[in-house]
Amino acid sequence: MSESDRPHNGHAGLEHAGLGHAGLGHVSLPLGVAPCGFRGRVDAIEVRGHSGGLPPAEIENRLLELGFVEGAIVEILHEGAIARDPIAVRVNNATIALRRREAMAIIAVAEPA
Amino acid sequence: MSTAAATAPDPTAVPSADPSADPSADPRPDHWHFALVGTPNSGKTALFNALTGSRQKVANYPGVTVERKVGLLLTPAGRSVNVIDLPGTYSLRGRSPDEEITRDVVLGRLSSESVPDLLLCVADATNLRLALRLVIELKRTGRPLLLVLNMFDLAQRRGIKIDVARLSAELGVPVVTAVAVKRDGTTQLLARMDEIAEPHFGTAGENTWHPPSASELRTAQREADRVIATAVGAPERPDTLTARIDKVVLHPAAGLIILLALLFIMFQAVFSWAKPLMDLIQSGFDTLGDLSHSALPGGLLQSFIQNGVISGVGSVIVFLPQILILFLFILLLEDFGYMARAAFLMDRIMGSAGLHGRAFIPLLSSFACAIPGIMATRVIDNRRDRLTTILVAPLMTCSARIPVYTLIISAFIPARHVWGFVNLQGLVMFGLYAAGIASALGVSFVAKHFVWQEHETPPFMLELPDYKLPRVRSVALGLYQRAMMFLKRAGTTIFSMMVVIWFLASFPRPPAGATDPAINYSLAAIIGHWLAPVLAPVGFNWQIDVALIPGMAAREVAVAALGTVYAIEGGKEAAEQIGQALANKWSLATALAVLAWYIFAPQCASTLAVIRRETGSWKWMGVTFAYMLTLAYIASFIVYHVAVALGWG
Repeated sequence: MSESDRPHNGHAGLEHAGLGHAGLGHVSLPLGVAPCGFRGRVDAIEVRGHSGGLPPAEIENRLLELGFVEGAIVEILHEGAIARDPIAVRVNNATIALRRREAMAIIAVAEPA
Repeated sequence: MSTAAATAPDPTAVPSADPSADPSADPRPDHWHFALVGTPNSGKTALFNALTGSRQKVANYPGVTVERKVGLLLTPAGRSVNVIDLPGTYSLRGRSPDEEITRDVVLGRLSSESVPDLLLCVADATNLRLALRLVIELKRTGRPLLLVLNMFDLAQRRGIKIDVARLSAELGVPVVTAVAVKRDGTTQLLARMDEIAEPHFGTAGENTWHPPSASELRTAQREADRVIATAVGAPERPDTLTARIDKVVLHPAAGLIILLALLFIMFQAVFSWAKPLMDLIQSGFDTLGDLSHSALPGGLLQSFIQNGVISGVGSVIVFLPQILILFLFILLLEDFGYMARAAFLMDRIMGSAGLHGRAFIPLLSSFACAIPGIMATRVIDNRRDRLTTILVAPLMTCSARIPVYTLIISAFIPARHVWGFVNLQGLVMFGLYAAGIASALGVSFVAKHFVWQEHETPPFMLELPDYKLPRVRSVALGLYQRAMMFLKRAGTTIFSMMVVIWFLASFPRPPAGATDPAINYSLAAIIGHWLAPVLAPVGFNWQIDVALIPGMAAREVAVAALGTVYAIEGGKEAAEQIGQALANKWSLATALAVLAWYIFAPQCASTLAVIRRETGSWKWMGVTFAYMLTLAYIASFIVYHVAVALGWG
């Protein structure tokens, strides 16, 4: 999938999500804004800017090492008490805890359960 | 078959013996070196324990404080194998000191370690995805490799069909199944070690490993996913238990309540469960002291054995039950899989105080002892976050404070129940722990916002493993190792400090015809009186000042020192409990001031030494010492004067 036809348009927010494929029922959004219970398929890992003092490439590598690769099935299982952060995400067969800030780099397309 | 070992004549070898039965004809080195590698939560350490049992040595790698665990095993063919348990990692990229050790040992870069003859990559059979990616990365190192599917019984129970032969063929790596926690669960692994390791010797391939790029990580993960799709079936009976427990335990509100309740139960248990055992140990040492008193002629030697050695060491060993109960909780929660959940629940709360969610585990370990806690900060890869955690770790109430707290609480706080069921003494104990936690959060907040002036917190990413029933064997082994560590400390550092304090309290001898107790003429009194003007404003008498000095070696020594000081001074009181002596001689305000002092005081030389080693600088050790001493002085000053104002002076 090339940059141009990716449904995600770079805006972080449900209201912008999935404009390109709205008619098909596909919603693409950063996992960082997805509600608890969201289920989807990873469409891209796109780290924008430094995060927590780490260069984007390092964040990307860490996400990849924890199994967040394109095509993986993700589901938000739990979220924390303060600002609904961090989140616990089921990635295929494992559960990973991470903050919403880093989860912004995980672009996912909603999948029916 | 001409090798160095075969051509070098061995005088003890029988020349006509069958070469296969003759160990001297074996071309292999006497010892094989295997390394256990694996992702966190793969059950690697359980496998290590199963393979090596009690033949383990725990030490540090030279120059770094990464724990080095080595054990010995015997293969069915009778070869002895050195097994090294490497820190868990998702990749060889080496993002932290722990992971660098794993990388360097695997690649044979560490001059102090033998290059591993075989890498045993341990994987959780129920969760292969990340492990298989690691296997693909490990293959590039060219080292002989064996994939161990651990927890295979669990995979079968969940109806996960794993085609082991297919998996092996797809990966190009031999695969063995194991159940580390079951008796005979490693039989197959051991049996295959001989046959698998054999042809690989001397055939280490070319090392083409380099830190993988993002696209290489993607490719490797896709390859791992493809292998799983061909060789591993979906679970027919997926683990629903973990999900059901997590629904409650990770619930935003209920989760935090459960966490607090767990901590509360833990501290109540430390206080009340240990009591009978402690009484038993206490009376044992008392009897021993009485025996030595009657067996030895009166004089210096009798005083040294009874007051210096037996009551000194006894007053520290008596706290072993409490320390073990605390470690029991920590080990059980760790093995159960709760610790990662606790970090999840605490991340934002800790984050608001400028701490990383990952700091939760080091800080929780610091409740047992700041030393392993500070060493555990290696999981935090951001230097400043790690430094902040190291600075505040000694504020967590370590088990060495328990003796001091228990002594003073039981002497001054009545043992009654409030609200019907809460033990008041336990409540005060809980309050002291809470004060330690609150001050740690306060100090880290100040460090983050005023010292570092940095507001970003580095990423928090952590796997939440499936819950597993803790195994008696591994918990027992962990408890045993901690008990030995404590007893070794009691036997060396603490014992030698007891001798020093006894000496300080006994010499010089009182002049002939002296009427005051002997200790009033001793070196201890001289030092105590010298410190008295400095510490009088916080309500300390000179006996406390004396006890603070050996307390620098280890906090709990202060108890023993007080015992020695009062035992020697009191003469008749020697047989009495230290607590009773204190209750007679201290005001409540003084007792509370000592408690406040102990929340903060940097009274542990080994902790300071570890801080120096971990931060690599005297500066941070000095900073820790100075800030803690300042806080201790201020806190006990305030507590003392408030208490006096309340009429408790």
